[in-house]
Amino acid sequence: MDQFAQQFPVVFKTLNVGFLQTLKLFCVTLLGALPLGLLLACGEISRSRVLRTVIKVLVWIIRGSPLMIQLLIIYYGPGLLASSISAEAAASSPFLNMLRNFRWSGGEDGRFAAASVAFIINYACYFCEIFRGGIQGIPVGQEEAGLVLGMTGRQIFFKVKLLQMVKAILPPISNEIITLVKDTSLARIISLQEVIWAGQAFLKGSQGISGVIWPLFFTGVYYLAANGLLTVGFAKLEKKLGYFR
Amino acid sequence: MPILQVEHIRKSFGQTKVLDDISFSMEPGNTLSIIGSSGSGKTTLLRCLNFLERPDAGVIRVRDEVLLDAGEPKKVTDRETRRKRLHFGLVFQSFNLFPQYTALQNVTLAEELLAHDTPEWKADKSQTLKRIRDHGVELLAEVGLANRMDNYPHQLSGGQCQRVAIARALALRPDILCFDEPTSALDPELTGEVLRSIRKLAERNTTMIIVTHEMDFARDVSNTVIFMDNGRICEQGDPREVFDNPKQERTRQFLARYHGEDAR
Ligand SMILES: Nc1ncnc2c1ncn2[C@@H]1O[C@H](COP(=O)(O)OP(=O)(O)OP(=O)(O)O)[C@@H](O)[C@H]1O
Ligand SMILES: [Mg+2]
Repeated sequence: MDQFAQQFPVVFKTLNVGFLQTLKLFCVTLLGALPLGLLLACGEISRSRVLRTVIKVLVWIIRGSPLMIQLLIIYYGPGLLASSISAEAAASSPFLNMLRNFRWSGGEDGRFAAASVAFIINYACYFCEIFRGGIQGIPVGQEEAGLVLGMTGRQIFFKVKLLQMVKAILPPISNEIITLVKDTSLARIISLQEVIWAGQAFLKGSQGISGVIWPLFFTGVYYLAANGLLTVGFAKLEKKLGYFR
Repeated sequence: MPILQVEHIRKSFGQTKVLDDISFSMEPGNTLSIIGSSGSGKTTLLRCLNFLERPDAGVIRVRDEVLLDAGEPKKVTDRETRRKRLHFGLVFQSFNLFPQYTALQNVTLAEELLAHDTPEWKADKSQTLKRIRDHGVELLAEVGLANRMDNYPHQLSGGQCQRVAIARALALRPDILCFDEPTSALDPELTGEVLRSIRKLAERNTTMIIVTHEMDFARDVSNTVIFMDNGRICEQGDPREVFDNPKQERTRQFLARYHGEDAR
């Protein structure tokens, strides 16, 4: 017990640093994936058949394979690809040349950038499907009622459809966002120094503490706290939109 | 002078001919009922009048202004289309109220949006809003919903929703108000209140086109009845004539089915 009391402040400080990185990845993912998902959703309901097909295939690949593999491919892929492109080939095409020269920068910054790209693409595909459902789920009668009343397309979108859409997609979106909090731990696979990584360090030994496993277990508290806050926030939002059906 | 002239409207969806050479005209203040079996094109006709569907051929004239000449491929701007469709109002079978707005807001929304950027709006915004609100209150009172103005659609019964929808359609003062089976989505005990509201409008000489399966109501309230069959106008005339003395065999068969149902 004495030992625990000694270890706790050290562990707590280290885990906080790790969790900051977790939160950073979480925020960057949301900031990138929400707009990208909306863009993909617009593409998926556009008139262009090519665009629709491309997006459908992308969504299938991304949702159909583990995020962990996507992380590995995005982090290690460029290096492997670069070494397989010959100098002659690179000289013949600017695109191949770009691939040949692309590397994630070394260290934590490079890992964070790669993880962000992987998470943004992955979550954008999930959000895309939710947004598409939200857009298509609004009865055509709503649009027609607006048209008959002489509203413009913009007015119909902003004054009639938007709020109904937000209400409809809030539950699935909040679900995804809560999953994202936990999914950030997958970035551990490319050694991003997030909270799990930080907790694990005390197993191997760090700052004079080694062979203790409780810090790793304790990381769970961080996820619980974050998701608790999110759950309360989303419940409030849902209640706010509960005034209509 | 007729308020509405519809000439030789045709409309197909792919291979299906849905409207085939529809022509009729209406005098202001009159009520026209359209009856006919399912799939005969009644809804499509109303949708053409309201610019929700574009006819393949034909002319629509309101007060001698040509609103649509399908023969002229001239591209009209969105703004023009919006101005033209405001000659018509449409009450849907399924109400299509905006769920996030109260009854009153449903009624006033479009008028408020239209008022934006008008000289009146620029001169005195709050006065304009007040005028629009008062108008909405008045319309809701007319359909018997003075005490329900601040309720949301999900807090209202079907009959009340449809009456809000009627008030909403009246708010922009359309020349011709169209109803597409306004009581078909309602429980039988709720149809009465909606029909009463429509009857009141007819008594005030609102120009109306009513697609309906309520034969007794159609006979009672309208100046003219059109019986549609298979995308064509099979018979039209005074309601007593059409209902009591149908000239066409198809009309007779159609009406007999209804009377049969009444007898049961
Ligand atoms: N958007 C569309 N695309 C293809 N066919 C359509 C479309 N809208 C209507 N139709 C067809 O046009 C025909 C007439 O439809 P409409 O809805 O006008 O009939 P209606 O007289 O209103 O029938 P009901 O009494 O059932 O409401 C039907 O055969 C219908 O299947
Ligand atoms: Mg119909």
